[in-house]
Order: sequence, then structure tokens, then C-alpha cells
Amino acid sequence: MANLANTFSKIRVAFISGGVIWAAIITYLVHSFGFTWYIALSDGAICTILLGAACWLINNNLRYYQPGKGSYINLFFWTLALTAASTFGARWILPYVVNNQIYSNFLAQSVTIRFCTNYLAIGWMALISMIWYSQLDQKENEKRKAEAEKLARDAELYNLRQQLQPHFLFNSLNSINALIGFKPDEARKMIHQLSDFLRGTLKKDDQQQVTLPDELAHLQLYLDIEKVRFGHRLKTEISCDKSSDTATMPPMILQPIVENAIKFGLYDTTESVTVSIRAEMDDNYLTMTVQNPYDPKTARPRKGTGFGLSGVQRRLYLLFARTDLIETYADDNIFTTIIKIPQV
Amino acid sequence: MKRALVIDDEPLARMVVLEYLQSFKDQIEVLGECGDGFEGLKAIQQHNPDLIFLDVQMPKINGFEMLELVENPPSVIFTTAFDEYAIKAFEAHAIDYLLKPFTRERFDKAIEKFLSQVPAPQTVKQHTENLLEAVAQSPSQHERIVVKTGTKVKIIPVSDVEYLEADDDYVSVHTSEGSFLKNKTMSFFEQTLDPSQFVRVHRSYIIKIQNITRIDPYEKDAHIAILKSGAKIPVSKTGYVKLKQVLGI
Repeated sequence: MANLANTFSKIRVAFISGGVIWAAIITYLVHSFGFTWYIALSDGAICTILLGAACWLINNNLRYYQPGKGSYINLFFWTLALTAASTFGARWILPYVVNNQIYSNFLAQSVTIRFCTNYLAIGWMALISMIWYSQLDQKENEKRKAEAEKLARDAELYNLRQQLQPHFLFNSLNSINALIGFKPDEARKMIHQLSDFLRGTLKKDDQQQVTLPDELAHLQLYLDIEKVRFGHRLKTEISCDKSSDTATMPPMILQPIVENAIKFGLYDTTESVTVSIRAEMDDNYLTMTVQNPYDPKTARPRKGTGFGLSGVQRRLYLLFARTDLIETYADDNIFTTIIKIPQV
Repeated sequence: MKRALVIDDEPLARMVVLEYLQSFKDQIEVLGECGDGFEGLKAIQQHNPDLIFLDVQMPKINGFEMLELVENPPSVIFTTAFDEYAIKAFEAHAIDYLLKPFTRERFDKAIEKFLSQVPAPQTVKQHTENLLEAVAQSPSQHERIVVKTGTKVKIIPVSDVEYLEADDDYVSVHTSEGSFLKNKTMSFFEQTLDPSQFVRVHRSYIIKIQNITRIDPYEKDAHIAILKSGAKIPVSKTGYVKLKQVLGI
């Protein structure tokens, strides 16, 4: 804002000095026609003050009312009216200040040229102000838009992380309900796992990266719960390279992918299902591969299966501004999802 | 004594039902439990139970798809964790459902309701059909058709369907692997299949637009559509108008 005020004061100085120069030019011109310096100076001063007032008016007008697309014609009439006022005002005032018959004739004869120059000056002022203020407006708009986008992005990231499957939650509670009857200890254990898992999903901040072992520990909570639900039908294999132990990643990226793999695998076969998860370092990327069996003949299209992969893709895009970090392949009854996390 | 079957893919979920059923053991005999729709279908045909507890989300075929294949469906109490659409359908068709996790009180209420007014098989059948009709309108159900051939269950992705033909009380679903009978009406398929892909070109035919190679005039007002497979399908006057609309010509 201080910057803007500074700019305005500079403009004021420029405006006043422009006026002084304008007055000097008129004074010199009028004097060159053979009039006394007093007459010439009065003419220059009065004409310039009136012109300056007109310019100030149109500038102020445009500062608060930007003409719409169709109303440029109004601006034209405004300019015309102000030119008329300033020219004829001078024509009317000057004879009172200067009592000289020859000068009066000169004044009457020069009205047309005065009108034209005034019109040009005011029109130029109008144009400059219009461009200047609309640019200011645009800058302001852009700033607001960028802010709104940032807010929306934060909210979206938050939402994407929050989208837990209600199915998972209610079915887990139902399993606990069953365990309470005959295996109370296991029920208690599952409640703790579920609480830890939910707490983990709630407190994580997207900007804060976690290490791969942290993410895997969180994933393990989820897998343990799913294994209680599905019993022997669900098997998992997790393998990590030593070098990936220090790798970092946004929290809760792996879990939705594994969730998707489990759902896709388990609901696509009546046999037992092995979901494998592998992490390795590849150049400067942490590469994670999740595989699940599926039946290409009967698989339902993946859309509408809840959180799924699109959420992960969107998050990776919001975080890294790239769309090539997630890939999927389907062949030989194995569905593979690969995500790459750039390491800094 | 009524006989019941529990169908759910989660062992612990079945256990809850079995545990709660204990208090009704003088009135309800448990025939067994099934972990998926195929087992469920087999058990229903074998034992002909009076009541089934049925989960909606199950591997391969879901609860609704399984029920579609049962000729004389028993009374059903659905058990589901969360499915907004299914719940609406249950409510609309007065079929009892339990939201997991459910309390013993809620469970007892469902059983007492069943025991006090065991509905006539005809009413059950009608309710089930209405329910399935309503469920079929949900977008997620449009992607495949589940049929029974002999004792086997076949899942036909809608993308494999070439055309449908009316066949008495059934609809014959034609695919590249042959044709399969489905116990539904033509108007049912007309309403549930994607109208931008499937057009009812005749009282007895619905064809998939992608499969048309040529449309030839045939007698007055009528046309004949020739499909990729070589099949010739009659197109009625109104069918031709519909076809032109969808194709935008």
C-alpha cells in the first residue's frame, strides 16, 4: 500500500509540473502574437487551471467508475462536455481579467484551436486514467484469485485426506461387535488399531512429509484391521529396499492405493488374495508398486469404488504439479499401480 | 420351524448373525453359512430356506445379483454397512434390512417381524422383483448382466453384449460367446441400459449401436440392421426414428 501511495504522490508531482509546462507554452505562444507578458501570463494560467480541473475531474471519475464494455461512448461525451466547459470558461473569464479589445478579438478567433488542443489533452488524460485504473483493478483481481485458489487447494487436500470409506469403518465396527462376544481381547486390540489408524489419518498435515517406514507403520494398522475382517482370504507381502528407509513422502498416499487393491482383489474373486507392496529407490524417486490379482472378464470398472486412485492422482498433482507420478497396468490377471514420489 | 441361511463374505459378520440367532433356536433352524453369492445360490437351491440374511457387497456377484438368479426367492433380511442407494430401495419396498453394526434389539425386531407375519411366497417374490427393479436403476448396476446357464453363473460385461432379443417371458442376451437367457422384460433393459449405447429398434430387439455395420431398407417403412457378427435385426418404423435420433442423423 505504501508503494501505491508513493506512486500516487509521484503522479501528482508529474501532473502539476505538466500543468506548469503547459501554462508556459501558452504564455510563450500568446506573447509571440505580440501581447504583453501580463496578458500572456493571465491567459496561460487561467486556461491551464481550467484544463487541469477538467483533467482532475475525469481522472477522479474514472478512478471510481470504470466504464463498462458498452459505455465508452459516455466517456466520449464526458470528455466533450469537459472540453467545452474548460474552453468556454476561459473565453468567458479572461475578458474580465484582461481589458484589451485586440486581445478579445484574438481570444474569440482562437476558440476553435483552443477547443481542439483541450479536447486532445482531456481525451489523453481519460485514456491514460482508464488504462491505469483498469490495470490496478486487474492486479487486485489476480491477487484475490490466487488467494482463493490457494484456499480451495488447501481445502481440497484436506478433504481428499479425510475421505475414509464409511464401508471400512462400519464393517470394522461390526467385526469388533462380533469379537466382543467370544474373543474380548481381540476386540480390544482391534479397537486400539482402529483408533490409532483413525488418529493417524486425522492429524497428518499435507505439507509435512513423512518417512516411508512411518507410512508403512500406518499402513500396517490398516492391513491388520482388514485381515481381521476378511480372515485367511487376505494375504499381504511387503518388501522394501534398505535405501528407501530414509525416503520421504506425503502422508496417506499409500493407504488409499492399497485399499483400492484389496477391494478390487477381494471383490473380484472368491479365492484368497495376495496384495503385494514393494518400495525401492529409483534415481531420485521413491517408487512404490502395489499389485493385486483381478479378473479382467468380470471386473467392474474402477470408478465409483470410493476414494480410489483419482484422489491420489489429484493429491499428487496438487503437491507436485505433475500428472505422471501414478501409473496403472493391467495384465495377466494382475493389476499393478506404481507411484513415484520425487525426493528433494 | 423356519429355516435360515446366512450369506456374508466376512466371517465375523456371519458370526454376529449366528450368535444373535441363538435366542431364536426354537423357532429358527440355521441351515448354514455361505461366504459368497455362488455358494449362497447353491445353498438356496439345495435347501430352499424360508429366510436368508444377505450382505450386499460380496465378491464376484453382489447380494442383488445373486437374488436375481433365484427363481423362488425366500424372505430376505439384508445386512449392509453403508449403501445409501440400497437403503432407499429397501425402504421403498418394505424389505427388512440391518445396518452394520446392529444391536440385538434391532435384530430381534427384524426376526419377530418375520416370524409374526411370514409372507406368502407370492408376496415375497413380488417384493423382491420390485426391489431388484429399483436397484437396477442405480448407475453402478448398469455395467454387467448376471445370468445362469444350467448350474453355472455367468457374468456378462455390458460391453460384451451385441443385442437383446425377446424370448417369451425371457430376454435372450446375445454375445460373441453365445446367447444367454435372462428372466427380465425388454422394457426393463430398455430402461436400465445406457440409452446412448443401446436402442430398442423393435418390439423384440434392443441393439448396441456400436455393432451396427449397415442399415438397409426392407419393405415399406421397415428397415434391417446388419450387425458386425452378421446378424440381421428388424428395425420398425418407430425404431428407425429412435435410431436416427441417437445417431444424430
